[in-house]
Amino acid sequence: MAEQPSQQQFQSSPSALVSDGRCLTDEVRHQFPTLHQHVHGQPLVYLDNAATTQKPEAVLQALDHYYRCDNANVHRGVHALSERATWAMESARDSIQQFINAANREEVIFVRGTTEAINLIAHGIAESILQPGDEILISAMEHHANIVPWQLVCQRTQSVLKVIPMLPSGELDLEAFPLLLSSRTRLLAVSHVSNALGTVNPVAKMIAIAHDHGIPVLVDGAQAVAHTPVDVQALDCDFYVFSGHKVYGPTGIGILYGKQVWLDRFPPYQGGGEMIRRVSFDHTEFNNLPYKFEAGTPAIAEAIGLGAALQWFSHFRQHTLWEHEATLLYQLHAQLKAVPGVKIIGNAKEKTAVCSFTVAGIHPHDLGTLLDHSGIAVRAGHHCAMPVMDFFNVPATVRASVAIYNTTEDIARLINGLEQALEFWQ
Amino acid sequence: MNPELKQLYQELIMDHGRQPRNFRVLSPCTHKQQADNPLCGDQLTLYLDVKNGVVQDIAFQGHGCAISMASSSMMTQEVKGKSVDNALALFKKFHQLIMSGESAEDMGRLAVLGGVKAFPMRVKCATLAWHALEHALSANDGQAVTTE
Ligand SMILES: Cc1ncc(COP(=O)(O)O)c(C=O)c1O
Repeated sequence: MAEQPSQQQFQSSPSALVSDGRCLTDEVRHQFPTLHQHVHGQPLVYLDNAATTQKPEAVLQALDHYYRCDNANVHRGVHALSERATWAMESARDSIQQFINAANREEVIFVRGTTEAINLIAHGIAESILQPGDEILISAMEHHANIVPWQLVCQRTQSVLKVIPMLPSGELDLEAFPLLLSSRTRLLAVSHVSNALGTVNPVAKMIAIAHDHGIPVLVDGAQAVAHTPVDVQALDCDFYVFSGHKVYGPTGIGILYGKQVWLDRFPPYQGGGEMIRRVSFDHTEFNNLPYKFEAGTPAIAEAIGLGAALQWFSHFRQHTLWEHEATLLYQLHAQLKAVPGVKIIGNAKEKTAVCSFTVAGIHPHDLGTLLDHSGIAVRAGHHCAMPVMDFFNVPATVRASVAIYNTTEDIARLINGLEQALEFWQ
Repeated sequence: MNPELKQLYQELIMDHGRQPRNFRVLSPCTHKQQADNPLCGDQLTLYLDVKNGVVQDIAFQGHGCAISMASSSMMTQEVKGKSVDNALALFKKFHQLIMSGESAEDMGRLAVLGGVKAFPMRVKCATLAWHALEHALSANDGQAVTTE
């Protein structure tokens, strides 16, 4: 794994995204139109980035340009617009390939998002591999999107779902993990970063151990791509999936990276146009990768938008970016802890971007409403991770999550809003 | 804090939110109804003891925000002793109150929950227990109700 700066390094010095000695935070914020508005009479502080990030001008312009100038269906017209649309979408695939460092562009499949990617893999494994009594191993901190598809598949194939337990720190139990790998384990599916806790799981290590047992690994990168370096070849994961909308791109588009050997082995997920080479009523020959898994007219604008998002994002010095976010997270922790009644949920050594907490005497939902009235957007709820809530014995948490455009000022506003809310609540 | 918030979190609501009345298991009972709000994870179980067409006793347990706790608590107080028909009629009026903010004349203290109308995201918190009541009294099929 690439170096995650430790939180202690940053103390509470104000964080400004600095690149080549220039302060970039203002410049970055300037590129996000949604950030410049008032909510309930207060300037917006957006700290719900783990749900979805805001979109920079570069992405808005790419979407706008496609619809204004190049709008056509892809891979099927001989006319100029279709050629341009096809070129733009395939260039986006190249940008994404580069971004995650996939070996081949054919291994980068456009899907609707993380959820669809996991369902596609679950379908592929169920159809090509799973036998009754086989096992799928997930972890105790998965998003529902990495639980429910496996439950469905296990029911259908009479396989067994096993779960790597979690420690009170919000880290996976790495001593228990290898003991759960058996001769019947057919896949390990684990999140890179937990959306409810912010824990960065040691996926590289876990992949190496799983591979020692000949077990392929799916990494749910939904919360990771915007906050940690991702190199699928270095990780050596068999599948890596993420959603465009959590990394400054549009909704409705996501990526399934899969090693070619696996994707070749899987049957198609959906049938239709684009995914075929030749169709007659007796027989259909499927198209090559990646098109075999891209039935129907794809989300063309969104794919182009995602390519633009990742290109835009790649322009930042990555290390500077991680430091910026680590500083904000450190400040978030330190300042929240100082507020009476606050309990941080999830205290892993390696965390990124996400801080979940509860406050004694006030339900997260009420706190969310009060903060909203101070212009502060946070998430209150179970974060689609009910088993995590059960583990920590809380019905819900408040979750503040940072992104590239957040500032030390935003954290201060959150703390101030929290103090005001608690005063009101007395 | 702004006036809408003050309207939402009135003293009566805060009081019931902190110390919900009839917050216990009712046993024996004639109706037991579970209700979930999957969006925020609120869960409650409503217990009713109905005899001769009258709600003799009513209680609930569960967890949720101040709005859902207060609404449940006040509902149990209002419904206790009412006939099933009157309880169902009150459900309709309450629903009307939350959706329109307009209180029918005989709503009594329940009118304080009218402030929820200004908070569309919180409507389901206020109506969860009421949906459980309506379902228990009209369907009574043992199925959990959900706000979705
Ligand atoms: C860790 C994780 N996995 C999966 C998902 C599902 O992503 P999507 O809803 O974009 O398909 C999310 C989104 O919240 C997530 O945080």
